[in-house]
Amino acid sequence: MSDTTRKPPATDRFGVIGVPRRRVDGRAKVTGQTRFADDLALPRMLHARLLRSPVPHARIRRIRTARARKHPGVQLVLTGKDLPNEFGILPVSQDEEPLCSEHVRYVGDPVAAVIARDELTAFEALDLIDVDYEPLRTYATPEDSLGHPEPRIHDYGEEGNIHKRAAFDFGDVDAALAEADEVLEDLFFYEGNTHLPMEQHAALAAVDADGKLTLWSSTQTPHYVHRALARVLELPAAHIRVIACPNGGGFGGKSDIFNHEMVVAKAALLLDRPVKICLTREEVFYAHRGRHPVLMRMKTGFKRDGSITGMQLETLVDGGGYGSYGVASLLYTGALQTVTYHVPRYRFRGCRVFTNKPPCGPKRGHGTPQPRFGQEIQLDKAAERLRLDPAELRLRIVEQPDTLTANWLRIGTIGLAECIRRVVEVSDWNDRFRKLPEGRGVGLACGSYLCGAGLPIYWNKLPQSGVQLRLDRSGEVTVFCGATEIGQGSDDVLVGIVAEVLGIDPFDVRCVTGDTGLTPVDLGSYSSRVTLMMGNAAIQAAERARELIASAVAEQLELPVSRIGFGGRRVFDVENAERGMDWREAVGLAEERHGTLGTVGSYTAPRPAARFKGGGVGPSPAYSYTAAVVEVEVDTSTGWISVPRVWIAHDIGRALNPTLVRGQVEGSVYMGLGEALMEEQAYRRLPPKLSGALVHKFPSMLEYKSLTTHDMPEVVTELIEDPEPNGPFGAKEVGQGPLLPIMPAVANAVYDAVGVRIDEVPITPDKVLKALDDKAKGGPGRYGPARFPEVEWPEAMQVPPPWEDGDGKAVNDPERKRAAKLAKVL
Amino acid sequence: MMRLPRFRYHAPRSVAEAATILAAEGDQAMLLSGGTDLLPNMKRRQQVPGTLIGLREIAELRQIDNGSGLRLGAGLTLTEIVRDARVRERYPGLFQAAVQVATPHLRSMATLGGNLCLDTRCNYYDQNYEWRKAIDFCMKKDGETCWVAPSSRRCLAVSSTDAAPALMALGASVRLVSDHDGERVVPLDELYHNDGIHYLARRHDEILTEVLLEPAAGWRSTYWKLRRRGAFDFPVLSVAAALRLGDTGAVEQARIVLGAVASSPLPAGKAAESLVGRELTDAVIERAAELASKRAKPMDNTDFTLHWRKRVTRDFVGYALRELRGDDMRARRVQIARHSLDAAV
Repeated sequence: MSDTTRKPPATDRFGVIGVPRRRVDGRAKVTGQTRFADDLALPRMLHARLLRSPVPHARIRRIRTARARKHPGVQLVLTGKDLPNEFGILPVSQDEEPLCSEHVRYVGDPVAAVIARDELTAFEALDLIDVDYEPLRTYATPEDSLGHPEPRIHDYGEEGNIHKRAAFDFGDVDAALAEADEVLEDLFFYEGNTHLPMEQHAALAAVDADGKLTLWSSTQTPHYVHRALARVLELPAAHIRVIACPNGGGFGGKSDIFNHEMVVAKAALLLDRPVKICLTREEVFYAHRGRHPVLMRMKTGFKRDGSITGMQLETLVDGGGYGSYGVASLLYTGALQTVTYHVPRYRFRGCRVFTNKPPCGPKRGHGTPQPRFGQEIQLDKAAERLRLDPAELRLRIVEQPDTLTANWLRIGTIGLAECIRRVVEVSDWNDRFRKLPEGRGVGLACGSYLCGAGLPIYWNKLPQSGVQLRLDRSGEVTVFCGATEIGQGSDDVLVGIVAEVLGIDPFDVRCVTGDTGLTPVDLGSYSSRVTLMMGNAAIQAAERARELIASAVAEQLELPVSRIGFGGRRVFDVENAERGMDWREAVGLAEERHGTLGTVGSYTAPRPAARFKGGGVGPSPAYSYTAAVVEVEVDTSTGWISVPRVWIAHDIGRALNPTLVRGQVEGSVYMGLGEALMEEQAYRRLPPKLSGALVHKFPSMLEYKSLTTHDMPEVVTELIEDPEPNGPFGAKEVGQGPLLPIMPAVANAVYDAVGVRIDEVPITPDKVLKALDDKAKGGPGRYGPARFPEVEWPEAMQVPPPWEDGDGKAVNDPERKRAAKLAKVL
Repeated sequence: MMRLPRFRYHAPRSVAEAATILAAEGDQAMLLSGGTDLLPNMKRRQQVPGTLIGLREIAELRQIDNGSGLRLGAGLTLTEIVRDARVRERYPGLFQAAVQVATPHLRSMATLGGNLCLDTRCNYYDQNYEWRKAIDFCMKKDGETCWVAPSSRRCLAVSSTDAAPALMALGASVRLVSDHDGERVVPLDELYHNDGIHYLARRHDEILTEVLLEPAAGWRSTYWKLRRRGAFDFPVLSVAAALRLGDTGAVEQARIVLGAVASSPLPAGKAAESLVGRELTDAVIERAAELASKRAKPMDNTDFTLHWRKRVTRDFVGYALRELRGDDMRARRVQIARHSLDAAV
């Protein structure tokens, strides 16, 4: 990356950037012309359906498919032996099979596939496949999994049914807590929930005219799907093309690699006919990869002035049946505690277990909303204990910009204090907090999120995002990038940036994205990385194109290159704007002078400061910040909760297209209120004496509750713009961060309204009423988890914070020590 | 996506023709009137009728006549019901019930008769085929056990119609027509059994053709619905109440009906009786609410916890009676319904 892309341009006078615009794909979306994966149809196309396990945990003794294969209209039946290679999104968790061959791990785990002339025929044939299961012990909760090492859900992982543990000490936390004037210890529980995209996952595979495989899929990560397909199908990646169709919502739920993608690809190769699958809504709940349920114990020391002396956090993470992104999710439950407020010493212990439920993974905020929920409620409790206003407390302890945190995260700009001040002002916080009548209250909370994971999922030194431009004498500009439009507006960001740099209109730019056969690699739409990484790559590619054009025009006008300006679809002399030419003519001149025009740009994130194992999760080129105030009304007789208003301020660095930024903020409020008030990926264990069943309680959009438009409050959005040097034109992320403060702000508002603490989500009327009953009986008026089970923690990695002469490395290396010990024994 | 099973479809143009087809096709046939519930159920294989008899082409089912009070054709859509000025002015309880069913799109398809005959609901039953297979099915369809209460000998699926409690509180009757026996008119409360499987007293060969309402003069009515969200959701508790006040302000007649807390709508007779002869003071309302809430027997097979649903029954009866007393309940209504009902028409 060149230096020019790191610095935001000196001028704030932009043509496209910062101007509220209709998104480039808006017309197609509202007129129904966007072609989602399930809209695709090819001649001679067949349809696939998956047979899924009806038992939560079992060995497969035998699968008989003969009857299904003979069913009229059935073309092919696949089982695990047809697709023997395992896969997984993380290199350390290659634990999934396209179809389970010996072992099923949750109700919904696929064991066979039927490919038939239509979906109804395929569905009917599923019932003709006989699978003989040998039931195994069912693990419904993390306590089950901690308590019983055998039988194992997976034969890898740390031990028994523990997938992964993490233990870090950044300084002496015991000493820090001993120095505190007040120490707060709390237990919190965050229930799992799912993404609920409107579009169900769909994939279509076909062998193209020259014999190569193409897969169209509703995926956020075509590059990772591409790699996994090559591995599973044992084909050269160069002979596979993955096209990410525009996603009808992703939220992290389509950033994994899915068995249905493998199955249709294999079937298309075997049959030499296009094969499509579209998951049912029920199957989307089984594909899941949603928010991990997390039990937390959080202990924080405060000085009387509000400053934090140290913090200790333990998380018990319910992973479900597979690894997925789980190792990263686990580390994320401990990574971002330090980026909002100054935490000089920090201890983290985390444990992810396997259970017999659909696998959890990344959902908007990936692993961080759970501890953020706890942290922001605990701060609210601390403020009361310290007799400080919760906003004032936070303003006192906001972390400084350009800081290395205790756990070695490098922070650039921090707009958090300004976010807090702004929401305090627009919400009339000072006239409302503790001043509203009984039953009405306001709560404040903050949050922060990455602008892109600093490291790729698999180890490499390659660019994390690439952009290509082609321009020709017609004046047309086409931009190519592997990034995926999942509704978040990445196509608009890409086009907007190119148009800005070249001084043309976004409508002049054609955009091709998410196609491994045509576009340079971008790692995908996850971790809020696209605007920053793709944006910087796009700036570089566009600036290189501008240089080519500027040199040709300078020669023609007999001017130094430094006097050439771009804007209003013209290329001109900046000292005499009349002198110049229109865009098309300028591109033609450049083509004449340089030959065929094309440029590239690429981006690689700065190296993390952390140099200890596990320190790769958390680093990012930049962090966004958000503060929110939520108002609630709580009926003390029924516990009924209403949310009339939300005020939210987001540190965006710079809003590239304010319309889209506001949309993302409001969408986050919507999703956050769902998580706060009603969403639950809940399971039902039937009475074990009568049944071994463990099923999703309600895999439907009717009974899995999320807000409707009637439930959505008025939202006042404030954007805080303080350009971030690492961001394109100073921009930071907005896709995930604004979600984070909503859930704890609701909990804090409930406390302000009726004086009870609900230390878990969802916050429902029955829980509020239980807490009110408890309070009426003289109890603490709290509803939440009562205990944290015993977890045997491994020896912690000791990493001194920067201010304790640390260098980012662990002073001990438990793994190296274990290996040395083992060597001695041998 | 899930696909419908194959079925034969008839589109009769008169009630008589429909009744003849229904009699001839026997038990494997079902009536289709809107289909907003039946068709998704068929996709999930909860019902697999070999024959569907669609009622939408029958004009006589879509009429509104004055009658002695009001006669509503069973084929009227819920949108047509809520847009009818007579319904809104004279029978506000029916309006409030109908306008809170599902969503505007669904109300434009769903019919009054369909809502009255709505299949009972249960979290163990309203699931697709594969899910029900994973619990070895349940008593209501393909299985033996009622998983809500494994010792129960009857199915505990929940009556989830909004229109029925509202119309029962209004003292409505329904007309049932069959090919063999002509027709009969029964009070609406005789249409239901408290049994999740055999929840309707309608014989299989009968078609519910219309709803008959008594004159509304002197009556006040209301309907309060508990559900998680401001749209889509079926009731998990509802309170329909209607009463007639004398000149002195004392209650002369009253009916209170609870919905969604049993396999049929539940008249709360003692609660209603306790109002008669009394003015609607806070104490009188509280006493009636207490009596009514004793009737509620929610089970763990809907949204929300059963203890909470039971507990707030009293509050909801209170909302209904206070509204009938003339209290301004608009703010409370917006809090519970998440929107103004008048704005939803």
